[in-house]
Amino acid sequence: MPTQDMLGREIHVDDEGFLTEYDEWDEKLGAELAKNIGVEMTDEHWKVIAFLRKDYESEGTTATTRRVNSIGGFPVKLQFELFPQKPAKKMAYIAGLPKPAGCV
Amino acid sequence: MRTLLVIGAGTAGVITVNKLRKKLPRSEWEITVVDPADTHDYQPGYLFLAVGMYTEKKVGKPLAKLIPKGVTLVKGAVQDIKPAENTVVLADGTTLDYDYLVIATGTTPRPDQTPGMDGKLWHESIHSFYTYPDALALEEKLKNFEGGKVVVHVTEMPIKCPVAPLEFAFLADAYFADRGIRDKVEMTYVTPLPGAFTKPIAATTLGDMLGKRGITVEPDYIIERVDEDAKAIFSYDEREIPFDLLVTIPLNMGADFVGRSGLGDELNFVSVDKETLQSTKFENIFAVGDATNVPTSKAGAVAHYELDLFPKNFLQLIGGKEMTHTFDGHATCFVESGHGKGLLIDFNYEIEPLPGSFPFPVLGPMRLLKETRLNHIGKLAFRFAYWWLLLPGRYIPISPHLSMRGKRRPAGN
Repeated sequence: MPTQDMLGREIHVDDEGFLTEYDEWDEKLGAELAKNIGVEMTDEHWKVIAFLRKDYESEGTTATTRRVNSIGGFPVKLQFELFPQKPAKKMAYIAGLPKPAGCV
Repeated sequence: MRTLLVIGAGTAGVITVNKLRKKLPRSEWEITVVDPADTHDYQPGYLFLAVGMYTEKKVGKPLAKLIPKGVTLVKGAVQDIKPAENTVVLADGTTLDYDYLVIATGTTPRPDQTPGMDGKLWHESIHSFYTYPDALALEEKLKNFEGGKVVVHVTEMPIKCPVAPLEFAFLADAYFADRGIRDKVEMTYVTPLPGAFTKPIAATTLGDMLGKRGITVEPDYIIERVDEDAKAIFSYDEREIPFDLLVTIPLNMGADFVGRSGLGDELNFVSVDKETLQSTKFENIFAVGDATNVPTSKAGAVAHYELDLFPKNFLQLIGGKEMTHTFDGHATCFVESGHGKGLLIDFNYEIEPLPGSFPFPVLGPMRLLKETRLNHIGKLAFRFAYWWLLLPGRYIPISPHLSMRGKRRPAGN
């Protein structure tokens, strides 16, 4: 697994830059990851990220756009506004979670 | 006497009862399977039916003939599962008690879940091919189609047979060419995925095949609604795609009663351990085939591989042992590409589809991720294997676990 140096820490990532270690993440790092992909974080953004983190802890997989809507209560439209173009991917990236499983 | 109850007599349900009836002594085990249908369809046939390659006769057989002696077939629709009471309630109020339950209720296309999809344009200029009536309606539509914008659309993953929309695009391209109207048809392939397929190597090959056929790909497209008056689909990020003919794969969901029972995820697919297929909530409940939430293809081959392993696990479980026959997500799919050719792909949870030969190194005879005539013949021949080998649960000499023999990883991947 490649590692990346961020905020002076060594972070484990996959080849697309998604964190592979749940526990290496904190909000500071999340803010840095958001900056990398040009997302400016607001309270609303952090609420979505907090849901994704909590849901991953209990489910063991990254929540899909549908799940962030139906369980988290964040409408898909809002997800697109907060994380334009590729919300599922961007939310997972910022939340330090594995890239959502592209189901085959 | 103990009872094994199976809900659903599709591909996975029929294989389950055929295999387990041979393994469970009749003096100790009753096996019951419940399904509302009279006919069991060979579902890959729907696609061929839609593009005029099959007649209706090739698709279905009476369900009762596929159920072995010693298994009770109950005709009925399930209303509710009560897992805490080990009981299933049917729509007519009948209850069926069980000691062990296997859920094999598959996945259902749900055009009702997208605004405007199943309204006045449904079976008029919006079509699909995942049910028998849908395939027939599309066949009729295509026969009379004179040209215009054809949009092949996938609503959301996961879907049953994830290569089928691509196959439809390839076959429709060939079909319009044969009718001499290909130049009057503008084709677009609209997908929620970042490319033609999920896994990078196959996505490149399949994406190139769409490109060569003059089919434009519109990726990362999450549909919000169909505008029936404008005859266009709109995404959440406001991309408008107009159509004269929309061939859509609606949202796929598991059975509503799975959702009500608390056994499912947000799409009503049964939450199971991906290696043993045991419910994450109740240890006397399993799910097989498309009904599960395991992260691999929803496809007949997957059901077959799962059911090479599940009966062995089941015998261990009832014998008080640990289940050791773990499923690796193995899937093998033929991909029809038109003009008498096809591809074959073979993959699992970890290994993406790679080029090479199958099932034997060098000898093949099938080529992986490559268009050949033999792969197409393999797909046609598979219909016979389905009825005579797969459903009865006879031995098929292909390992349920993915093998790397014969596969090669292209440079740079």
